[in-house]
Amino acid sequence: MIVLALEVEKQLGALRLAVRFQIAGGVTAVFGPSGAGKTSLVNMIAGLLKPDRGSIVLDNTVLFDATKAINVPPHRRRIGYVFQEGRLFPHLSVRQNLDYGRRMSGQPRDLTEFERIASLLGVTHLLQRRPRMLSGGERQRVAIGRALLMQPRLLLLDEPLASLDAGHKGEILPYLVRLRDEAAIPMVYVSHIAAEVRQIATSVVRLDEGRVLAAGGLELLAEAG
Amino acid sequence: MLELSPAEWTAVELSLRIALVATAWALPFGIAIGWLLARGKFWGKTVLDGLVHLPLVLPPVVTGYLLLMWFGRKGAVGAFLYDHFGVVFAFRWTGAALASGVMGFPLLVRPIRLALEAIDRRLEDAAATLGANPALVFFTVTLPLALPGIVAGVLLCFARALGEFGATITFVSNIPGETQTISAAIYTFLQIPDGDAAAGRLVVVAIVLSLTALIAAEWLGRRASARFHGE
Repeated sequence: MIVLALEVEKQLGALRLAVRFQIAGGVTAVFGPSGAGKTSLVNMIAGLLKPDRGSIVLDNTVLFDATKAINVPPHRRRIGYVFQEGRLFPHLSVRQNLDYGRRMSGQPRDLTEFERIASLLGVTHLLQRRPRMLSGGERQRVAIGRALLMQPRLLLLDEPLASLDAGHKGEILPYLVRLRDEAAIPMVYVSHIAAEVRQIATSVVRLDEGRVLAAGGLELLAEAG
Repeated sequence: MLELSPAEWTAVELSLRIALVATAWALPFGIAIGWLLARGKFWGKTVLDGLVHLPLVLPPVVTGYLLLMWFGRKGAVGAFLYDHFGVVFAFRWTGAALASGVMGFPLLVRPIRLALEAIDRRLEDAAATLGANPALVFFTVTLPLALPGIVAGVLLCFARALGEFGATITFVSNIPGETQTISAAIYTFLQIPDGDAAAGRLVVVAIVLSLTALIAAEWLGRRASARFHGE
């Protein structure tokens, strides 16, 4: 079953992004060197960047269609987004950060789900803290939990390990693998590191200079060298 | 201990009321204008910026005179407000509050604008992806993050309003019990024989109030920024 079908064009300075692909469930890695347009691509899926042309369809709902002038704003897309730098709210505690998506969408409190996600990501002991007091790895785990707790239809992860040192990278990956195996949420995982993608992804879209070079299974990573 | 006469108490009470009302009314406008100046892209932004700062550079007497022309009973705005809302500014304490608010406004807007400019816009994007509509983003992310600037602006505006003299006395005169604030009362006492003692007492009150406002600003500012950076 197709989860996300996307066909977009966007001029970004000198780079012309023209991308077309579809993804089913599982974890799809958007893989390519920096400057390939990966972050712009996920920003368009999230609704933070408007394509010049094309369409984006998620679960048979049109999120964007240039010809029909449809552009669903980000707050109505229900797409979880884990940013490279976490972007936790500095004025809120970890608990309030995790709870933010639920509060904003007015869903009822679900303590069981909250505790399940918090313990899945190992952040139960951090709930009272402010983001300032967290290590880089802890911050990213909270960011992942925050995106999960809004019950997203799709989870976008933009180089979630990029801001971490080697030791902390190893700390996050197992959580992501567990997430892939336990949660039924399709994910788009942006990375330029083949080793990372190999551990987490189930399919790969190779991107370079704003174009899709190839889409398929993990064997594409070998070609990339 | 400081023994104030009933007339002096009236001036103190009036000053506090005028400064509080002026600041409270100025605050929503200050946030709106600060937001426009920080985020807005529109024609005439420089003009708006200039207008906001005008009371800071104009002689206060001129500001008071302009207020008298526009907000007096026969002024364009004053007549409109009286006809439609029954609001009178001329020679009333409300007029003193208006004058104080206008004079304090640039001091209110500036820190709010700077705080809004310093906010990491990417946090607002993050809030949007989490389901917050633009109004919720503003009230749950933008405004709390700008809080230290808002607190600083409010206290500066309050302190300025408390001490306002020139524009107030020009616009609403110096009527005991109605528009005679601490500053105006000190001025009046200094004009009459044997008024020195009364003026001196009010000077002490003015110093105490100003210092209190300053210390409160410092304390609140620290508390607000500790919320972001501390435990």
